[in-house]
Amino acid sequence: MTSKSLLTEDKRTKARNAAERRFKSYGVAAIAVAMMALAILLTSVIVKGIGAFSQTYVTIDITLPADRLDKEGNRDPAEMAKTTTIGYASVLRDGLIDTLAAAGIETEVSAKDIGDMISKEASATVRNRVLANPDLIGETVNFNLLADGRIDGFFKGRVTMETASRDQNVSPEQLVLAEQMAEVGIIETRINWAFLSLPDASDQRPEAAGLGVAILGSLYMMIVVLVLALPIAVAASIYLEEFAPKNRWTDIIEVNIANLAAVPSIVYGILGLAIFINFMEFNQSSPLVGGLVLTLMTLPTIIISTRAALKSVPPSIRDAALGVGASKMQSVFHHVLPLAAPGILTGTIIGLAQALGETAPLLLIGMVAFVRDYPQAFSDSAGLFGDPSTALPVQIYNWTQRSDPAFVERAQGAIIVLLVFLLIMNAAAIILRRKFERRW
Amino acid sequence: MKDTSMTKNIKISANNIDVYYGDKHAIKDVSVQIEDKTVTAFIGPSGCGKSTFLRCINRMNDTIDIARVTGHIAIDGEDIYDPRVDPVQLRAKVGMVFQKPNPFPKSIYDNVAYGPKIHGLSRNKAELDEIVEKSLRRGALWEEVKDRLHEPGTGLSGGQQQRLCIARAVATEPEVLLMDEPCSALDPIATAQVEELIDELRQSFSVVIVTHSMQQAARVSQKTAFFHLGNMVEYDETDKIFTNPEDPRTESYISGRIG
Ligand SMILES: Nc1ncnc2c1ncn2[C@@H]1O[C@H](COP(=O)(O)OP(=O)(O)OP(=O)(O)O)[C@@H](O)[C@H]1O
Ligand SMILES: [Mg+2]
Repeated sequence: MTSKSLLTEDKRTKARNAAERRFKSYGVAAIAVAMMALAILLTSVIVKGIGAFSQTYVTIDITLPADRLDKEGNRDPAEMAKTTTIGYASVLRDGLIDTLAAAGIETEVSAKDIGDMISKEASATVRNRVLANPDLIGETVNFNLLADGRIDGFFKGRVTMETASRDQNVSPEQLVLAEQMAEVGIIETRINWAFLSLPDASDQRPEAAGLGVAILGSLYMMIVVLVLALPIAVAASIYLEEFAPKNRWTDIIEVNIANLAAVPSIVYGILGLAIFINFMEFNQSSPLVGGLVLTLMTLPTIIISTRAALKSVPPSIRDAALGVGASKMQSVFHHVLPLAAPGILTGTIIGLAQALGETAPLLLIGMVAFVRDYPQAFSDSAGLFGDPSTALPVQIYNWTQRSDPAFVERAQGAIIVLLVFLLIMNAAAIILRRKFERRW
Repeated sequence: MKDTSMTKNIKISANNIDVYYGDKHAIKDVSVQIEDKTVTAFIGPSGCGKSTFLRCINRMNDTIDIARVTGHIAIDGEDIYDPRVDPVQLRAKVGMVFQKPNPFPKSIYDNVAYGPKIHGLSRNKAELDEIVEKSLRRGALWEEVKDRLHEPGTGLSGGQQQRLCIARAVATEPEVLLMDEPCSALDPIATAQVEELIDELRQSFSVVIVTHSMQQAARVSQKTAFFHLGNMVEYDETDKIFTNPEDPRTESYISGRIG
């Protein structure tokens, strides 16, 4: 028998190589599909949501008439507060009409419709400014005010002449006027960071709605989750992994933790409602309760990944430490834990990210309520994290429920914010991981 | 007979030791008296329980859940399985070099300094530096690593890692040093250095070494124990084991017929 040449592939080798190439191409195809899905998702969210980060403003000179805003004439804010926002709305309308006249714009649009082009939020803005500074009365002041949501939508392409002709809230004539105003610079669309800081707004004024309260609420909850879940989970994992005897009880605990990780999150919401609100009587809708519920929910996730991280530390390291006469605890804290830290960290961040995006349990504890006041981290009446608040995912849920399409844009914008936060958390995880790993 | 045991002190006295891993009977009724200031070699085919028996002496078997040890082991007349004995204190007294090199993923310096640190053997940095240098010298590693003490110990070669582990073990000044095949990854030069170290340690400690090298056992040890399938078949002066063994199994192993 002559030996085979190495320069030609035999049949088996050919088949094997073909199989390998096929397998690689499946892999590439799978990754391509995943990347495409991600790209489509991101593009759609960004295209729809980017509008939330710009806003249309009207710049007008308003003469603040003393006879209408300060009927007593004594510049006493308490007295002046009797004039409601409705009173201010007419002042704004007149101011806009005057500004138009001054700019030489002639229009058929009725005075009421001109007034409606300014956001309903604007009269409150002006009123607050005047009450804070009564000396403004009688002066002509330059104001930069939110335009109505429909006008804003027109400049962002959401509202067109055609949709306006079928819309009760805006007319094509108003849009024509808006275009004229934009030409002379009375109306302008620009970057709107206030989206990140303003509180939510009512159904009629999407242009004024922001994420301030939701971001604060989410932040407080993450603090609660981090402060509670990380130490508890790490302590529990270390005990179970390194100290606990391996017997029936620890087996039962282990199975239960695995099961808890699979419990639908809404069940944690019901639990939170029963225990923290009904039994312990913490405040409804508060970040404290939300954080506690999310802590319960994230604990199993962090415990499981922490235990996996501890398990992956080679036993020879423990032997080495015990061999030179270290106690169990010294071997864990000096050697095992530092080696497991990157894994623990990743698990924690994944847990936090999961908690940040969680909606269902928060709905049950009332975090979906309409909240306009920024929650305090600590207040005398409500205690630590006790002020009512919303959270990013419930705010998104909430906005998608509303009828005005401007809120859909805001919901998408909020999704972008949520994604950015998740990105930041993941980046932090990677950076911290690197840092820990460098310490061998 | 009586005379020899009187002249040499018994450091470790193990009587009727049985070790079970779950249902597996790994050590079967082994009794052995290990002398002070002596090197004792354990030889025997792979899987016969040499490491298992060695781990009984510093109670490392406690860390294996399924391992169960019965019998009595006394060091200096004190039963080390007495409930009052803290295994941590015991292991400071009985150092161990493991079969596989297992340096901490820390710097070379920290590897050696760790034991002295946790046992409070040095009062200041200078003393600690001194201990580290002395230990690395004893481990025949100093010349190779003196310029990179702060590089990771895991970055060393396999043989260097094993010598680092030896240095780490001697740094705590144990009274008994258990060495599980310390030279299996070493070249002849490093092996010779380690054997020199073992000989030096014999002046003050008792050393128990597991080895697969007959020549090494013959070179470094004064007493040799031959293990076979969990039994200790024969234990005697090294010279006698290698020249005139009593048991036919010992003879076949030494001459290369079993194992
Ligand atoms: N952790 C363990 N769990 C279960 N069985 C074990 C364990 N460690 C050792 N054994 C068993 O005990 C017996 C003795 O093992 P041991 O490691 O003591 O052998 P050894 O003589 O050191 O072998 P080698 O020369 O290969 O190192 C073997 O049969 C092994 O399978
Ligand atoms: Mg062994």
